[in-house]
Amino acid sequence: MYGRKVKLRFLFVIIIGLSLFLSAFLILKSLEESVVYFKSPTDIKLIKEIEYKKIRIGGMVKKNSIQMSTDQINFIITDLRNEINVTYSGIVPNLFSEGKGVVAEGYLKDRNFFEASKILAKHDENYMPPEVKAALEKN
Amino acid sequence: MIKIPEPNKIFAITSRAPKYVFFLFVVVLSVGLIEALLLSPEDYKQSHSVRIMYVHVPAAWISLGIFSGITLLSLSGYIFKNKNFFLIAKSLAPSGLVFNIIALVTGSIWGKPTWGTWWAWDARITSMLILSLFYLMYLIAWRIYNDDEKVIRATTLITIFGIINVPVIKYSVNWWNTLHQPASINLLSESSIHSSMLVPLTIMTAAFALFSLLIFLMKYNTELIRLKTKGLDRL
Repeated sequence: MYGRKVKLRFLFVIIIGLSLFLSAFLILKSLEESVVYFKSPTDIKLIKEIEYKKIRIGGMVKKNSIQMSTDQINFIITDLRNEINVTYSGIVPNLFSEGKGVVAEGYLKDRNFFEASKILAKHDENYMPPEVKAALEKN
Repeated sequence: MIKIPEPNKIFAITSRAPKYVFFLFVVVLSVGLIEALLLSPEDYKQSHSVRIMYVHVPAAWISLGIFSGITLLSLSGYIFKNKNFFLIAKSLAPSGLVFNIIALVTGSIWGKPTWGTWWAWDARITSMLILSLFYLMYLIAWRIYNDDEKVIRATTLITIFGIINVPVIKYSVNWWNTLHQPASINLLSESSIHSSMLVPLTIMTAAFALFSLLIFLMKYNTELIRLKTKGLDRL
């Protein structure tokens, strides 16, 4: 039905595509460390050495963990397995609240203590009107 | 073999189509905007900022879809040695770039009140920026080369390299930790977006698709006229 040249060109495109996808996969796999936007508290538990380097930690703000004082805010970031204490002085985003996602940027003091210089609120993929949320919470 | 009709016959249809498409676009966009801005409910968490999503998400979808389309057309054009495919791809690209930029800008506007930052170098946002660079390269390549063979080779190569980025954009939010949230709409499982918000999202997607079609038809007509004035009646 199709000429020999057409078939060969088709094969050529398939092979190019396949090799490019595989190389892209390998490159991204090896770059994983720098592609991730933040580390989880479990990742922090697993690091061998604590460097004085700006990093980001993300997870959920633990329920009832936010303590506000006049110039500082303390809270706990958890990934439900491990947790880390965060201290921050500054303005937090509107969506920052207990039980919700958060990303903190700053420096690690030790494995359990993190000093943030910037707080970002993470939004999840759930979208619904307030009435639906209220109905869900009732159940 | 796929039979491509004569350019004159294509032109007879595509030169008359834009006014109907434009009318349909205005109607669908008006309904979509009324749904998105007035009738749809606010979100329980982000309240009215959710309305930015009705522009942001369709724009991102369309720009990804158009790039995939361009790649498919370029590769088919190469395999079947058909110049018409390249002209269709060329005419599709500008609206793809425009929607890509709209997605980036609206995302930034949404990010400030929600995340607390205009920009983040996370995998989803960065890969989307890379897509816009590929769009730019593609469009610039068409202007650089005058020789048909060269321009076809250059643009096809750009699409092949660019298409690798498309699955990376789609799955970046699942493969790595990103600031950007994962997809709310899944074809296989239940969506995590309420149906009342899905309605404006769908209508706005249709409106943007119609806009892309409109721009495509106008661009494609220009290409066909250019072919005619060159004295080439065959594609």
